[in-house]
Amino acid sequence: MWYLLFSPACCAIELMQTGGPRTDLDRFGMVFRATPRQADVMIVGGTVTYKLAERVRLLYRQMSEPKYVIAMGSCANSGGLFQKSYSVLKGIDLVVPVDIYIPGCPPRPEALCEGLLRLRKKIMGEDWGAIAAAREPRLKGQPAGEMAD
Amino acid sequence: MNGEAIYEQLRDRFPDKVSETRGQGPLKCVYVKPEAIEEVLIALRDQETLGFRHLSFISGIDLKEAIEVAYGLISYSLKVLILLKVTLDHENPTVRTVSHIFSAANWHERETFDLFGVKFEGHPDLRRLLLPEDWKGHPLRKDYKEEPFYHEMPTTREPLLGRS
Repeated sequence: MWYLLFSPACCAIELMQTGGPRTDLDRFGMVFRATPRQADVMIVGGTVTYKLAERVRLLYRQMSEPKYVIAMGSCANSGGLFQKSYSVLKGIDLVVPVDIYIPGCPPRPEALCEGLLRLRKKIMGEDWGAIAAAREPRLKGQPAGEMAD
Repeated sequence: MNGEAIYEQLRDRFPDKVSETRGQGPLKCVYVKPEAIEEVLIALRDQETLGFRHLSFISGIDLKEAIEVAYGLISYSLKVLILLKVTLDHENPTVRTVSHIFSAANWHERETFDLFGVKFEGHPDLRRLLLPEDWKGHPLRKDYKEEPFYHEMPTTREPLLGRS
Protein backbone atom coordinates (compact mmCIF):
# COMPACT_ATOMS: atom_id res chain seq x y z
CA MET A 1 0.00 0.00 0.00
CA TRP A 2 1.58 3.23 -1.14
CA TYR A 3 0.52 6.49 0.42
CA LEU A 4 0.52 9.88 -1.22
CA LEU A 5 3.26 12.23 -0.07
CA PHE A 6 0.84 15.00 0.80
CA SER A 7 -0.59 16.60 3.90
CA PRO A 8 -2.26 19.98 4.29
CA ALA A 9 -1.03 21.02 7.74
CA CYS A 10 0.69 20.12 10.98
CA CYS A 11 -0.39 16.45 11.22
CA ALA A 12 2.20 16.06 8.45
CA ILE A 13 4.89 16.17 11.15
CA GLU A 14 3.37 13.08 12.77
CA LEU A 15 2.96 11.52 9.33
CA MET A 16 6.70 11.96 8.77
CA GLN A 17 7.38 10.45 12.20
CA THR A 18 5.25 7.45 11.29
CA GLY A 19 7.58 6.82 8.37
CA GLY A 20 10.52 7.11 10.77
CA PRO A 21 12.31 4.31 12.61
CA ARG A 22 9.95 3.83 15.60
CA THR A 23 6.77 2.89 13.79
CA ASP A 24 8.60 2.30 10.50
CA LEU A 25 5.94 1.94 7.82
CA ASP A 26 8.51 0.45 5.45
CA ARG A 27 8.27 -2.88 7.29
CA PHE A 28 4.64 -3.16 6.16
CA GLY A 29 5.63 -2.44 2.57
CA MET A 30 4.20 1.08 2.82
CA VAL A 31 6.23 3.75 1.11
CA PHE A 32 5.25 7.22 -0.04
CA ARG A 33 4.75 8.16 -3.64
CA ALA A 34 5.17 11.74 -4.76
CA THR A 35 2.43 11.52 -7.38
CA PRO A 36 -1.25 10.69 -6.97
CA ARG A 37 -1.14 8.45 -10.06
CA GLN A 38 0.93 5.87 -8.18
CA ALA A 39 -0.66 6.22 -4.74
CA ASP A 40 -3.28 3.89 -3.23
CA VAL A 41 -4.14 5.85 -0.12
CA MET A 42 -4.34 9.55 0.61
CA ILE A 43 -3.73 10.56 4.21
CA VAL A 44 -5.42 13.93 4.75
CA GLY A 45 -3.59 15.23 7.81
CA GLY A 46 -4.61 18.73 8.72
CA THR A 47 -6.96 21.67 8.44
CA VAL A 48 -8.56 21.89 5.03
CA THR A 49 -9.86 25.27 3.92
CA TYR A 50 -12.39 25.60 1.12
CA LYS A 51 -9.62 26.88 -1.10
CA LEU A 52 -7.55 23.79 -0.37
CA ALA A 53 -10.51 21.39 -0.47
CA GLU A 54 -10.73 21.82 -4.23
CA ARG A 55 -7.07 20.81 -4.54
CA VAL A 56 -7.65 17.81 -2.27
CA ARG A 57 -10.56 16.73 -4.47
CA LEU A 58 -8.38 17.17 -7.55
CA LEU A 59 -5.65 14.98 -6.04
CA TYR A 60 -8.24 12.36 -5.12
CA ARG A 61 -9.58 12.29 -8.67
CA GLN A 62 -6.07 11.90 -10.05
CA MET A 63 -5.53 8.73 -8.02
CA SER A 64 -6.28 5.47 -9.82
CA GLU A 65 -8.81 2.95 -8.46
CA PRO A 66 -8.80 1.26 -6.02
CA LYS A 67 -8.19 4.29 -3.84
CA TYR A 68 -8.63 4.95 -0.14
CA VAL A 69 -8.69 8.02 2.10
CA ILE A 70 -7.63 8.30 5.72
CA ALA A 71 -8.83 11.36 7.63
CA MET A 72 -6.06 12.03 10.12
CA GLY A 73 -6.73 14.21 13.15
CA SER A 74 -9.61 16.34 14.40
CA CYS A 75 -9.42 18.91 11.59
CA ALA A 76 -9.78 16.39 8.80
CA ASN A 77 -12.53 14.57 10.72
CA SER A 78 -14.75 17.53 11.58
CA GLY A 79 -12.91 20.83 11.23
CA GLY A 80 -11.61 20.34 14.77
CA LEU A 81 -10.43 23.43 16.56
CA PHE A 82 -11.29 25.59 13.55
CA GLN A 83 -14.83 24.36 12.88
CA LYS A 84 -16.38 27.73 13.76
CA SER A 85 -14.19 29.46 11.18
CA TYR A 86 -15.60 30.99 8.02
CA SER A 87 -13.00 29.42 5.74
CA VAL A 88 -12.47 25.89 7.10
CA LEU A 89 -14.16 22.81 5.70
CA LYS A 90 -16.10 20.94 8.41
CA GLY A 91 -14.64 17.52 7.72
CA ILE A 92 -12.92 16.14 4.67
CA ASP A 93 -15.75 13.61 4.19
CA LEU A 94 -17.87 16.44 2.77
CA VAL A 95 -15.56 16.41 -0.25
CA VAL A 96 -14.05 12.93 -0.65
CA PRO A 97 -15.22 9.53 0.71
CA VAL A 98 -13.29 8.56 3.86
CA ASP A 99 -12.41 4.98 4.84
CA ILE A 100 -10.67 5.44 8.18
CA TYR A 101 -11.02 8.26 10.70
CA ILE A 102 -8.17 8.73 13.17
CA PRO A 103 -8.95 10.98 16.15
CA GLY A 104 -6.33 13.08 17.88
CA CYS A 105 -4.81 16.51 17.68
CA PRO A 106 -2.45 15.38 16.32
CA PRO A 107 -2.74 11.57 16.45
CA ARG A 108 0.44 9.89 17.62
CA PRO A 109 2.46 7.92 15.06
CA GLU A 110 1.21 4.72 16.71
CA ALA A 111 -2.37 5.83 16.04
CA LEU A 112 -1.70 6.51 12.37
CA CYS A 113 0.09 3.19 12.10
CA GLU A 114 -2.93 1.47 13.68
CA GLY A 115 -5.19 3.29 11.21
CA LEU A 116 -3.16 2.08 8.26
CA LEU A 117 -3.25 -1.49 9.60
CA ARG A 118 -7.05 -1.23 10.06
CA LEU A 119 -7.29 -0.02 6.49
CA ARG A 120 -5.23 -3.00 5.35
CA LYS A 121 -7.60 -5.29 7.25
CA LYS A 122 -10.55 -3.56 5.63
CA ILE A 123 -9.05 -3.97 2.17
CA MET A 124 -8.41 -7.69 2.82
CA GLY A 125 -12.11 -8.20 3.52
CA GLU A 126 -13.32 -6.30 0.46
CA ASP A 127 -15.13 -7.86 -2.46
CA TRP A 128 -13.48 -5.66 -5.06
CA GLY A 129 -15.60 -6.94 -7.95
CA ALA A 130 -18.83 -5.92 -6.22
CA ILE A 131 -17.40 -2.55 -5.20
CA ALA A 132 -16.20 -1.82 -8.72
CA ALA A 133 -19.64 -2.71 -10.09
CA ALA A 134 -21.29 -0.41 -7.55
CA ARG A 135 -18.91 2.41 -8.34
CA GLU A 136 -19.30 2.02 -12.10
CA PRO A 137 -22.38 4.28 -12.52
CA ARG A 138 -20.73 7.02 -10.50
CA LEU A 139 -17.63 6.88 -12.69
CA LYS A 140 -19.72 6.92 -15.86
CA GLY A 141 -21.69 9.88 -14.56
CA GLN A 142 -18.52 11.89 -14.15
CA PRO A 143 -17.73 13.88 -17.30
CA ALA A 144 -14.27 13.36 -18.77
CA GLY A 145 -13.38 17.02 -18.47
CA GLU A 146 -14.11 16.98 -14.77
CA MET A 147 -11.85 13.97 -14.25
CA ALA A 148 -8.94 15.78 -15.89
CA ASP A 149 -9.80 19.07 -14.18
CA MET B 1 11.80 59.07 24.50
CA ASN B 2 8.73 56.99 25.28
CA GLY B 3 5.47 56.52 23.40
CA GLU B 4 3.69 59.26 25.33
CA ALA B 5 6.31 61.87 24.34
CA ILE B 6 5.97 60.87 20.69
CA TYR B 7 2.19 61.30 20.82
CA GLU B 8 2.76 64.74 22.39
CA GLN B 9 5.14 65.64 19.60
CA LEU B 10 2.68 64.46 16.93
CA ARG B 11 -0.14 66.51 18.42
CA ASP B 12 2.08 69.59 18.51
CA ARG B 13 3.22 69.13 14.94
CA PHE B 14 -0.19 68.28 13.40
CA PRO B 15 -2.66 70.01 15.74
CA ASP B 16 -5.64 69.89 13.34
CA LYS B 17 -4.92 66.43 11.86
CA VAL B 18 -4.20 64.35 14.96
CA SER B 19 -6.83 64.01 17.65
CA GLU B 20 -6.69 62.76 21.21
CA THR B 21 -4.88 59.70 22.48
CA ARG B 22 -7.01 56.88 23.82
CA GLY B 23 -6.41 53.66 25.67
CA GLN B 24 -3.95 52.63 28.32
CA GLY B 25 -0.55 51.00 28.47
CA PRO B 26 0.80 49.46 25.27
CA LEU B 27 -2.62 49.71 23.58
CA LYS B 28 -2.59 53.50 23.66
CA CYS B 29 -3.09 55.01 20.22
CA VAL B 30 -3.51 58.32 18.48
CA TYR B 31 -6.33 59.04 16.04
CA VAL B 32 -5.30 60.56 12.71
CA LYS B 33 -7.62 62.11 10.14
CA PRO B 34 -7.87 59.71 7.16
CA GLU B 35 -6.70 62.32 4.64
CA ALA B 36 -3.55 63.05 6.71
CA ILE B 37 -2.30 59.50 7.22
CA GLU B 38 0.31 59.65 4.43
CA GLU B 39 1.71 62.93 5.73
CA VAL B 40 1.96 61.68 9.32
CA LEU B 41 3.61 58.39 8.36
CA ILE B 42 6.20 60.19 6.20
CA ALA B 43 6.97 62.53 9.11
CA LEU B 44 7.40 59.63 11.53
CA ARG B 45 9.59 57.70 9.10
CA ASP B 46 11.86 60.52 7.96
CA GLN B 47 12.49 62.48 11.15
CA GLU B 48 15.98 61.47 12.31
CA THR B 49 15.19 61.70 16.03
CA LEU B 50 12.23 59.28 15.69
CA GLY B 51 13.17 56.85 12.90
CA PHE B 52 9.99 54.79 12.63
CA ARG B 53 11.32 52.84 9.67
CA HIS B 54 9.43 49.60 10.31
CA LEU B 55 5.72 49.22 9.62
CA SER B 56 4.81 46.30 11.84
CA PHE B 57 1.21 45.76 10.80
CA ILE B 58 -1.95 47.23 9.33
CA SER B 59 -5.22 45.79 10.51
CA GLY B 60 -8.90 46.60 10.72
CA ILE B 61 -11.38 46.86 13.58
CA ASP B 62 -15.15 46.72 13.08
CA LEU B 63 -16.93 48.88 15.66
CA LYS B 64 -20.36 48.39 13.99
CA GLU B 65 -20.91 52.16 13.57
CA ALA B 66 -17.46 52.66 12.00
CA ILE B 67 -14.45 50.79 10.68
CA GLU B 68 -11.04 51.60 12.10
CA VAL B 69 -7.74 50.88 10.43
CA ALA B 70 -4.78 50.55 12.81
CA TYR B 71 -1.14 51.12 11.82
CA GLY B 72 1.62 49.80 14.08
CA LEU B 73 5.03 51.42 13.65
CA ILE B 74 8.28 50.42 15.30
CA SER B 75 11.38 52.53 15.83
CA TYR B 76 14.48 50.42 16.29
CA SER B 77 16.54 53.38 17.51
CA LEU B 78 14.00 54.29 20.25
CA LYS B 79 12.89 50.67 20.84
CA VAL B 80 9.24 51.71 20.90
CA LEU B 81 6.02 50.72 19.11
CA ILE B 82 3.30 53.29 18.46
CA LEU B 83 -0.21 52.81 17.19
CA LEU B 84 -2.05 55.12 14.80
CA LYS B 85 -5.70 54.74 13.90
CA VAL B 86 -8.02 56.19 11.30
CA THR B 87 -11.79 56.04 11.60
CA LEU B 88 -13.69 55.29 8.39
CA ASP B 89 -17.27 55.12 7.23
CA HIS B 90 -18.80 51.70 7.89
CA GLU B 91 -20.63 51.36 4.58
CA ASN B 92 -17.85 52.54 2.30
CA PRO B 93 -14.50 52.50 4.15
CA THR B 94 -11.93 54.23 1.97
CA VAL B 95 -8.47 55.55 2.84
CA ARG B 96 -5.35 56.48 0.86
CA THR B 97 -2.79 53.70 0.49
CA VAL B 98 0.56 53.95 2.27
CA SER B 99 2.23 51.27 0.14
CA HIS B 100 4.43 53.91 -1.54
CA ILE B 101 5.71 54.97 1.90
CA PHE B 102 6.25 51.51 3.38
CA SER B 103 6.36 48.73 0.78
CA ALA B 104 5.43 46.26 3.55
CA ALA B 105 2.01 47.92 3.55
CA ASN B 106 1.17 46.34 0.20
CA TRP B 107 0.18 42.90 1.50
CA HIS B 108 -1.15 44.22 4.82
CA GLU B 109 -3.54 46.45 2.92
CA ARG B 110 -4.57 43.56 0.69
CA GLU B 111 -5.29 41.48 3.80
CA THR B 112 -7.33 44.29 5.36
CA PHE B 113 -9.25 44.65 2.10
CA ASP B 114 -9.82 40.89 2.03
CA LEU B 115 -11.17 40.58 5.58
CA PHE B 116 -12.75 44.01 6.21
CA GLY B 117 -13.45 45.39 2.72
CA VAL B 118 -11.46 48.57 3.30
CA LYS B 119 -10.61 50.19 -0.04
CA PHE B 120 -7.09 51.60 -0.21
CA GLU B 121 -7.09 54.28 -2.90
CA GLY B 122 -4.01 54.26 -5.11
CA HIS B 123 -2.96 50.73 -4.13
CA PRO B 124 -1.09 49.13 -7.06
CA ASP B 125 -2.81 45.73 -6.87
CA LEU B 126 -5.77 45.58 -4.47
CA ARG B 127 -6.81 41.92 -4.77
CA ARG B 128 -7.78 39.44 -2.06
CA LEU B 129 -4.73 38.04 -0.32
CA LEU B 130 -5.92 34.94 1.56
CA LEU B 131 -9.44 34.00 0.53
CA PRO B 132 -10.36 32.71 -2.94
CA GLU B 133 -10.90 35.44 -5.52
CA ASP B 134 -14.59 34.62 -5.98
CA TRP B 135 -15.35 34.78 -2.24
CA LYS B 136 -18.43 36.83 -1.32
CA GLY B 137 -18.21 39.34 1.51
CA HIS B 138 -15.53 40.25 4.02
CA PRO B 139 -15.64 37.74 6.89
CA LEU B 140 -14.21 39.77 9.78
CA ARG B 141 -16.95 42.38 9.46
CA LYS B 142 -19.64 42.08 12.12
CA ASP B 143 -22.41 42.10 9.51
CA TYR B 144 -20.87 39.18 7.57
CA LYS B 145 -23.32 36.38 6.78
CA GLU B 146 -21.86 32.97 6.01
CA GLU B 147 -23.14 31.38 2.80
CA PRO B 148 -24.64 27.88 3.20
CA PHE B 149 -22.43 26.54 0.40
CA TYR B 150 -19.11 27.40 -1.17
CA HIS B 151 -18.60 25.78 -4.60
CA GLU B 152 -21.19 23.09 -3.67
CA MET B 153 -19.31 22.30 -0.45
CA PRO B 154 -21.59 22.67 2.60
CA THR B 155 -20.26 25.11 5.19
CA THR B 156 -21.99 23.36 8.10
CA ARG B 157 -22.24 19.79 9.29
CA GLU B 158 -24.55 17.77 11.51
CA PRO B 159 -23.22 17.30 15.07
CA LEU B 160 -21.95 13.73 15.38
CA LEU B 161 -23.05 13.13 18.96
CA GLY B 162 -26.17 15.28 19.06
CA ARG B 163 -24.22 17.99 20.82
CA SER B 164 -23.21 21.22 19.20
